[in-house]
Amino acid sequence: MKEKLRAPKSQQPLVVEKPALEDGIGSKVTVEINEKKVQVLFGQTILDACKENQIHVPTLCHHPDLCIAGNCRICVVEVEGMRTLQTACSFPITAPIKIKTSSPMVRKARRHIIDLLLSEHYGECYSCVRNNNCELQTLAKEYGVDSYTFGHVQEPVYEMDLSSYSVVRDMNKCVNCRRCVRTCIDLQEVGVLEAIDRGDKTHIGTFLEKPLADVICINCGQCINRCPTGALRANDPSDVIWNAIDDPTKHVVIQTAPSPRAAIGEVFGLEPGKSFTGELNTALRRIGFDVVFDTNFTADLTIIEEGTELILRLYKALVKKEQTALPQFTSCSPGWVKYLEHFYPEYIDNLSSAKSPQQMFGALIKTFYAQKKGIDPKDIVSVALMPCAAKKFECNRPEMMDSGYKDVDFGLTTRELGQMIQEAGIYLPEMPKSNFDDPFGEASGAGLIFGATGGVMEAALRTVFELVTGNKIEDVFANADITPVRGFEGIKYAEIPITEVGPVPKILQHLVPDWNWLKGATLKIAVAHGTANAKKIMDDIKAGGKFSECHFIEFMACPGGCIGGGGQPIPTNEEIRKMRAKAIYDEDNSLPVRKSHENRHVAEIYDIFLTDGPCGKISHKLLHTHYIKRGKYIA
Amino acid sequence: MKTHLENSIIKTERTGPVLFSPYKKGEAIKKTVKQKREDILFEIKDSGLKGRGGAGFPTSTKWMLTAAAKADKKFIVCNADEGEPGTFKDRVLLMEYPQLVFEGMVICGYTIGAQTGIVYLRAEYEYLLEQLENYLANMRENNFLGEGILGTDFSFDISIRLGSGAYVCGEETALIESLEGHRGEPRNRPPFPVNTGYMGYPTSVNNVETLAAVPHIITKGGSWFKKFGTDRSTGSKLFSVSGDCEKPGVYELPWGTSINELLELVGARNTKAVQVGGASGICIPKSQFDRKLGYEDIPTGGSVIIFNESRNMLHVLKNFMEFFVEESCGQCTPCRIGNIKLLEGVEMIERGEFTFKYINTLKELGKTMQVASKCGLGQSSPNSFLSILENFKDEIFHTTVINGYNGKAGK
Repeated sequence: MKEKLRAPKSQQPLVVEKPALEDGIGSKVTVEINEKKVQVLFGQTILDACKENQIHVPTLCHHPDLCIAGNCRICVVEVEGMRTLQTACSFPITAPIKIKTSSPMVRKARRHIIDLLLSEHYGECYSCVRNNNCELQTLAKEYGVDSYTFGHVQEPVYEMDLSSYSVVRDMNKCVNCRRCVRTCIDLQEVGVLEAIDRGDKTHIGTFLEKPLADVICINCGQCINRCPTGALRANDPSDVIWNAIDDPTKHVVIQTAPSPRAAIGEVFGLEPGKSFTGELNTALRRIGFDVVFDTNFTADLTIIEEGTELILRLYKALVKKEQTALPQFTSCSPGWVKYLEHFYPEYIDNLSSAKSPQQMFGALIKTFYAQKKGIDPKDIVSVALMPCAAKKFECNRPEMMDSGYKDVDFGLTTRELGQMIQEAGIYLPEMPKSNFDDPFGEASGAGLIFGATGGVMEAALRTVFELVTGNKIEDVFANADITPVRGFEGIKYAEIPITEVGPVPKILQHLVPDWNWLKGATLKIAVAHGTANAKKIMDDIKAGGKFSECHFIEFMACPGGCIGGGGQPIPTNEEIRKMRAKAIYDEDNSLPVRKSHENRHVAEIYDIFLTDGPCGKISHKLLHTHYIKRGKYIA
Repeated sequence: MKTHLENSIIKTERTGPVLFSPYKKGEAIKKTVKQKREDILFEIKDSGLKGRGGAGFPTSTKWMLTAAAKADKKFIVCNADEGEPGTFKDRVLLMEYPQLVFEGMVICGYTIGAQTGIVYLRAEYEYLLEQLENYLANMRENNFLGEGILGTDFSFDISIRLGSGAYVCGEETALIESLEGHRGEPRNRPPFPVNTGYMGYPTSVNNVETLAAVPHIITKGGSWFKKFGTDRSTGSKLFSVSGDCEKPGVYELPWGTSINELLELVGARNTKAVQVGGASGICIPKSQFDRKLGYEDIPTGGSVIIFNESRNMLHVLKNFMEFFVEESCGQCTPCRIGNIKLLEGVEMIERGEFTFKYINTLKELGKTMQVASKCGLGQSSPNSFLSILENFKDEIFHTTVINGYNGKAGK
């Protein structure tokens, strides 16, 4: 499918048609890079050609997830015969050219550009959240900047935007690379950030310069992940959390989502792709958290609740022929939920009313757990370790007070926790392993794979299929790996035929009088990650296309799902996200319990607390929520 | 409005070798549609016509590349975003010779295979819109535009779009971005508009004056056109002359005219300096007034600003730099911040708080901007900084060092 991008042509990837020649030899061009002859692909950019030949060309506005901009000019190189320097990131090789990546002219230009950027970059590195992880700082070091040639701005020019629960904007540190603009407009198709004004007044701003909380920002935080400097960062609650930890009257509880475990090693300089679940539990206790819970438990609970809701909706639509909002959309991703509320408010009934795992857990901690332990819920400080910037907004939604208190007090990102662990003098990778605390204990692998795109769908299928048919999912998909919904393709679609209906477990039996209507049905499902892909599905549904016939669709606001979330370590790119996803799937594979309905703690909680079963009255009060039709136009 | 028009340019009897020579309406179109596209291209190539916007890219090459590009749609865009300080020749052409411009577009459309022509009219020229639309309607009535022009199967029409007042939109790719409804900012090149232009289709963007020369070349021949000017700069050029002289206005002169000759023609006395090519051009001191206007020596888009002995060259420079600081599109680093630094440098000299070391650093920065900026704006904005500081260093540094230096060390 040919993608239509909204960004200006100047910032779109260049598509060069490769000449079709018999043996493919013609699609290679011999170029000279630094007087060395190399073969490169026709149409490849100089930057990619250099990368393949182990030649480092510095970049700043370039990001592998985004289209080309060519506006920072740091990657300029000399191309023989051309009057001006050319940007390596944007220049396609279509002829046997001679390139110099480090001539005196090039080095001088790069140094000038860095000096110019530094002259407008307010602040000092040691007081910056991105210290030691800043691309501008790296460039300055690489080019041996030891003084401010063109001066240095002494006073902040812009007021910081602290309005959002999720994203903090400090435009004084902005280098106008416009990665955030391209992220927002192209990668996510939200379009909150845009370059405003021109000349010396050029800056990145929002609609009518409104604060971020007042525009249609979905809080996904993808802009943070791609900002090369500290101009964009998450709203950090760690100081308040430290205070709570240090307060002996407070019972500080933390729940940890699956994705941070698979990425937090990167904060400590390790290669992506290894999970630190056990080590993290120990580290959290050493920092001073009183108990550590596994969000996967409520992920399992989400599957039961959301799966039940789906069956009820299908029954209503297919058997009772009543008007029902189908397909049912997942509601675990708060960025996606807000996206839908803004851009497709007419579809909010399609969102599953089940809360996200974070908020389910929040409600249970201050009710079930507090009762069980005899702790006054007002003394509980509930922290959620999430890979997500939008979770900070979600826990502050006014409707998330079903326990009678704020269900979750703070959303903490992977990056922020990494910082706290370092501050506590702990080197995470060397921690001994330990388990999660009871009464929620270990969860299933189904809850774990929520972290990767397709994971919620896979978890739901494992459970719904087995509960309804009575068969084992392993009989259909080897090792219970439902591969059609895995992988990083933008939109995935699958059909699962339900050939028989087996004995339905007791917990669900009361829901509908008869189950045979499901026999012979085909469950149509889809998965999308990144709101740009979500938009495609939504537009298709609006137009009555293929996806409008789906029964259940998983949406994640962030590319790659939660493992690519806005709270995850920086940098990010598809390679890194794949490694993180692999870590999650590997861990799932190693777990004894891999299906939500086989989690004994889940069965237990329906026995003793949520006694009227999934989608019952108690669960509706604590585990379900409602949404707001926000629309695109904001007063 | 009319008085404004008449006052703004002193209108004399217009005479000139090419553009202001007699021309009968529609003649070139009639001749064109009887010829093959290759013949037209050959005629233009033979004439040696180069882009009149300032860059001087051979028009025949641009048309040939657009003609050769494979696409189901092509566009010809007339760049009437005349924004260079001190330029007003396109306004004269559009006001008094619209037939030449529009017919040039029709001929280009015929040659490159475009069905649509777009005039990107400078926002400040909105008052010309009605008059131009009327002229287009008239052309449609006479079948010089529209379906099946003059009974052939060639269909072509022209629409006019207004800019929004950004200087950078005179840069062809920024102009196209603006036409598409985006923020007016230059694109990366390659790809060039001849392959990927308006809406991704092959597009030939030509200056008003370039297009106006085309009907004359078609009717009178490329070899006739070549008779004027020099070897590498054929034909004539419109000069927008302003500043300290008796007869400012638009002059058509053959390429190769020296600055001295021009000054004499317009009645300039006690001239100290001539800024050729507008703010982004270069400043010529008295000692170099024998230099010739043309691609061989001083290429220009036609703006000539004359300064006499009473002018302070540092103020002139400051004025230019303030212009660029404001008019940079703000996209690329060298232009966005570089121009600010150059202006700050000028202000330092003005206050006498500078070191020569720092001024030299700024000159180096200017050279970087010339090679590292994304588009022509940033690449040419340091021109006046470099040429004025070089050519008038005695005046500038003498006055400031002797009269203004207060002993403070510069940055």
